[in-house]
Amino acid sequence: MTEKKKTTIVLFSGDYDKAMAAYIIANGAAAYDHEVTIFHTFWGLNALRKGENIPVKKGFMEKMFGKMMPRGADKMGLSKMNFAGFGPIMIKDIMKKHNAMSLPQLIEMAQEQDVKLVACTMTMDLLGLKQEELLDNIEYAGVAAYLADAEEGNVNLFI
Amino acid sequence: MNVTKVVDAKGLACPMPIVKTKKAMNELESGQVLEIHTTDKGAKNDLTAWAKSGGHELLKHEEEDKVLKFWIKKG
Repeated sequence: MTEKKKTTIVLFSGDYDKAMAAYIIANGAAAYDHEVTIFHTFWGLNALRKGENIPVKKGFMEKMFGKMMPRGADKMGLSKMNFAGFGPIMIKDIMKKHNAMSLPQLIEMAQEQDVKLVACTMTMDLLGLKQEELLDNIEYAGVAAYLADAEEGNVNLFI
Repeated sequence: MNVTKVVDAKGLACPMPIVKTKKAMNELESGQVLEIHTTDKGAKNDLTAWAKSGGHELLKHEEEDKVLKFWIKKG
């Protein structure tokens, strides 16, 4: 069998809709038998946060950041028509009617399909996010690890 | 046609039909045929492209009461 093709996605955005697009492409690429990596940086890291509050030692600024950012994929807002939180409620209702998968389900499916989820450690430090607060079975890396995957990538996206 | 396995992806939205098809295809031997039922309108293009990329053969497809049916032979 020939070498597997690779798809790499940088998820920079912390918007629900943009993250959905990233995870739909990732799941599709996995179904295409690609080796898929999603590199989460900046606001995209919030997609990897666990839904519950994990007590960890943090400074004042880190605590503030933690409170102001969405705790987990389900709490993320929309890039358009967020309407102070009503937008996501509406779209989730519509998605249910259309049998579209929610973002948390897409993330779970991606993990089932062995999509490699990577958290950028530098921006984790900036935003004050700790490993304990992020999902299990993810990897931690920096730009070099991303580039190692991306330079062999057949599909490279920045979302 | 000798169908080995049937995937019911009716009512499911993108990317589920392709994800389910891929999972089912993994369980098949080369030369065996997979039948897929879906209601996703993008499926025709999706499955055609997917089959081609994976080296499988789309034997035929038809539409019946808004359900799209596909038969793919594993390559």
